[in-house]
Amino acid sequence: MRLITHNMLKCHVRGCDDSSKNFPLEIQDAQLEQIEAEKNDAFLVRMFPRLEWNALVSTAKNLSINNLPEKIPENIEEDQALLEILHTVLLETNVKEGRMVCRGCGHIYAIKNSVPNMLLAEHEI
Amino acid sequence: MKLKQLESYLQNVENFDEPKIEFEQYPTTPHLASRIIYTAENVFQDIQGKTIADLGCGCGMLTIASLLMEADFVTGIDIDKDAIEILQNNLDEYEISESAEIICANLSKSSSKKELLLDTNLLDKMHKKFDTVVMNPPFGTKPGNAGIDMLFLEAAVYLSKGAIYSLHKSSTRDYIIKTCKKWGYSCEVLAQLKFDIPKMYNFHKKNSVDINVDLIPN
Ligand SMILES: [Zn+2]
Repeated sequence: MRLITHNMLKCHVRGCDDSSKNFPLEIQDAQLEQIEAEKNDAFLVRMFPRLEWNALVSTAKNLSINNLPEKIPENIEEDQALLEILHTVLLETNVKEGRMVCRGCGHIYAIKNSVPNMLLAEHEI
Repeated sequence: MKLKQLESYLQNVENFDEPKIEFEQYPTTPHLASRIIYTAENVFQDIQGKTIADLGCGCGMLTIASLLMEADFVTGIDIDKDAIEILQNNLDEYEISESAEIICANLSKSSSKKELLLDTNLLDKMHKKFDTVVMNPPFGTKPGNAGIDMLFLEAAVYLSKGAIYSLHKSSTRDYIIKTCKKWGYSCEVLAQLKFDIPKMYNFHKKNSVDINVDLIPN
C-alpha cells in the first residue's frame, strides 16, 4: 500500500463517526519498502488537489518521513524539489506489512503483502 | 497501440482458477477487455495519463489493459483475496506493479432488511479521486445479490470525476439507462458482445462533451 492510497482509507465501522478520529488510520508496525517508480510530474500535479494534506503529513511523520511541509504548498508544478519528495513519499514508499488502527474505535485493518484489508465482519458494519 | 496488439498482450493474463459463485466471478476475456479499454482511450481519451479505479477487479484484466494503454495509476478493489493474489502475480509478470494498487474491500453492506446498500463510509475519502472507472461488475443474478450491479454503478459514480465503463446484462439495459439519467449521466451502449451476455456501456456526465459512437463490430 502506497501512501497515496492510505490517504483515501477511512474507518468504516458502524457508529465510528468522529471525523477527527476515523481518518487517517494510524499505521503501526510497518514494514516499509521503497518501490522504484518512474517520476511523473503531470500525475503528481493533477493528484495534488485531491490529497488530504494534513492526513498525509501526519502519516508520513509517524513513519519518520519528515520532509513534507506542514502548510499546503502552492504552485507545486514549479517546485522540483517538492515534486521529488512527493514522488518518493506518495508513490515509492510502500507499506508491505503492518496494520492500520482507527484512533476512534480501535479497529485494526491488516496490511498483508502490500494489500490493505478493509473487509469488516457483518456485525461491525 | 493497435487493438489487435492490445488483445494479444492480454493473452497471458492469468484468470480465476475456480470462479466463486458467491461473488458471481466470471472472467473478463482479453477480447472483451481490449475492446473496452481501447475504445475508452481512442474514442474518449479516458485512459492514457489518467488515474483509474477498477471495481471488482478480480484477476485484473481491465487493470492491466488500462496500464498497457498507459494509464498513470490504477487502483483495483476486490472482495476476494484469492483473486487479488492472482492479480498480484499478473502485475509482477507484466512488470507494472509500480503503477497499480490493490485494496481488499466490500463495496456493499446489508441493511436490516437484508437489502444491499453502498458502504459510503468506506468510499468517503475516495469521492471523485479517480478520473475514470472501469469495471466488470457482478450481474446480481444470484439470489441475495439482487441489485449489486446497480450498487457497483453507484460506487463508480461516487468515485469517478469523469467517465465510467461498465459491463451489464442486456436485459437490464432500459433500467440502467433510466437510472443513470436520474443520476445526471448520459449512457451509451458501446458494444454488444455476441458470445457473451454482457454489454459494454459508457457513462459520461451530462455536462461533459458527449460523443456518439458506433458500435464496435466484433
Ligand atoms: Zn473506527
